[in-house]
Amino acid sequence: MASGDTVLEVKDLRTHFFTGDGVAKAVDGVSFAVRRSRTLALVGESGCGKSVTALSIMRLVPDPPGRIVSGEVLLEGADLLRLSEREMQAVRGNRIGMVFQEPMTSLNPVFTIGNQVMESILVHRDASKADARRLALEMLRTVRIPTPEERMYSYPHELSGGQQQRVMIAIALACNPSVLIADEPTTALDVTIQSQILALLADLQARFNMAVLFITHDFAVVAQTAHDVAVMYAAKIAETAEVRALFRRALHPYTRLLFRSIPRPGAKRARLDTIKGQVPSPLDFPQACRFHPRCPIAIERCRVEEPLLRELEPGHFAACHRSEEVEELMK
Amino acid sequence: MSADGEMVVVSGLKKYFPVRKGVFARVSGYVKAVDGVSFTIGRGMTLGLVGESGCGKTTCGRTILRLMEPTAGRVTINGEEVFALPSKRLRAARRFFQIIFQDPYSSLNPRMTVEGIIAEGLKVHRMGTRAERRRKVASLLERVGLPADAAGRYPHEFSGGQRQRIGIARALAVEPVFIVCDEPVSALDVSIRAQIVNLLEDIQAETRISYLFIAHDLNLVEHISDEVAVMYLGRIVEKASAEQIYKNPLHPYTRALLAANPVVDPETKVEKIILGGDVPSPVNPPEGCHFNPRCPVGDERCKRVYPDFVEALPGHWVACWARGEAFSTKV
Repeated sequence: MASGDTVLEVKDLRTHFFTGDGVAKAVDGVSFAVRRSRTLALVGESGCGKSVTALSIMRLVPDPPGRIVSGEVLLEGADLLRLSEREMQAVRGNRIGMVFQEPMTSLNPVFTIGNQVMESILVHRDASKADARRLALEMLRTVRIPTPEERMYSYPHELSGGQQQRVMIAIALACNPSVLIADEPTTALDVTIQSQILALLADLQARFNMAVLFITHDFAVVAQTAHDVAVMYAAKIAETAEVRALFRRALHPYTRLLFRSIPRPGAKRARLDTIKGQVPSPLDFPQACRFHPRCPIAIERCRVEEPLLRELEPGHFAACHRSEEVEELMK
Repeated sequence: MSADGEMVVVSGLKKYFPVRKGVFARVSGYVKAVDGVSFTIGRGMTLGLVGESGCGKTTCGRTILRLMEPTAGRVTINGEEVFALPSKRLRAARRFFQIIFQDPYSSLNPRMTVEGIIAEGLKVHRMGTRAERRRKVASLLERVGLPADAAGRYPHEFSGGQRQRIGIARALAVEPVFIVCDEPVSALDVSIRAQIVNLLEDIQAETRISYLFIAHDLNLVEHISDEVAVMYLGRIVEKASAEQIYKNPLHPYTRALLAANPVVDPETKVEKIILGGDVPSPVNPPEGCHFNPRCPVGDERCKRVYPDFVEALPGHWVACWARGEAFSTKV
């Protein structure tokens, strides 16, 4: 899957949580690559392991109970999982920036905006305070905060949710990282603010040639922002493809069902298709294909043999025994 | 509208919250959360209420049911003047109007069994004997798609979607004629959302119940509603049939909301009207039309006078001086 301009590559990543109730396999053999100037959307429902994947890349999984059991996380060729904690600190916020869902809880309430943007510059760059201040102001301007000179002295609670998220983006990008990980960055925001933030991220990506790993549960956001998509289900990747190919012709029954369960404009009052049953618990995933108890086209083979990701069309992979027939079977 | 007449009539509803300041907690102003809202809902019909956070849609739903005391206005549900009822009769009348909350985690008492939760309303209203209530709970559980053994279990044993089913069963137990659904699916996963939406629609088809469906997901609201009302800073700015409001929005705010709403299709990169700024504070709404500081088509008059809410097209109401003329080039 990797090619020349791959910036971040995850190979067979497994992150497990060792709890009193058993081993929760939150991420269980996930591989993908994010390329320069492109956005890979990691999509899935709650508990599918998409956020733990992001935390594993940053090596921020709480340990104990969590542990990265195996795999590789290659940033520009070097395996982050082999770095010491000290070396890792030079990666976080510097070569990989991260934006979280809740800007209010990610910003420190007792420091000014200016201080918080300057902090990451002072930690990672050999910069004087005056230089850091200039750069921080420049970043606030880049993320289009109105009256940035005044905002430098504001505290997080004085800003709206959308403005706080802009500050988070300014912090994440202050050191010009080669990868930005955005974990549901617009989920807590209103639609009009969401569209502002998505447009800003797209602009900044074009300007800084960043690779972006965009984690979301919302297929509408995926359609509007991603170049490539990986759909996760039960700690594994079910399907991955270029965005248009995926939306045109999904080859995994889970992806197809997800598409159909979303209400679309114009299709008023047609019944929504549903996926029967519940998302399985990571403590107790079904045998073989983890989707088979909820799958409308499952056969005996799905109950006994785990499907591997197969390249069915150039660049389009799906983990399903019946991908060749899925279009015929699920019209 | 419906031939059976109106089930819910809301007129001139206002809910102000005092803002207190200083040592003596003097009232320094009011948050006009709901500022003169009027609408009707026919029997078996659904009115969708949309708007961004802080626009007053939740307060509106709660004030209608008198879960908060109104500042002004009249509400009639099933012929009963809700705000005129003395507390004893209000209690009795509550049987006919129920609410389903957004968060299925905090809205169910963790110390009560599912049977206790669902039967509580029946007990309060002295409906049926103990055996009858038990039978009723069993049939409700079946109706909302939960296993019969759920009755003796506690809320924490269930997933978000299942809890929302419990919340729906609780609301339905007393056989109401009207339910306020306050963001009933926004906390749920995509695949579970469709299940709950279908359930609400099936129940309406069977019982001809009326819904006020509060949500911020525009595609979902279009799907479930007969009529849609758009709120901005405490007031309804546009109201029309679901079809009309999506096909021919007349208010610039509705247009911006629809444009910001991401489309589930990577091939359609919609022309975006990116709305600048944030929703202003409801303590100090802007002079004239509340939307004028963010409006792309406003003029001098909009800064001085709040526009009347007029029927611009048959059944299509809007509070905007331009009434869609300024962007009629699209039609």
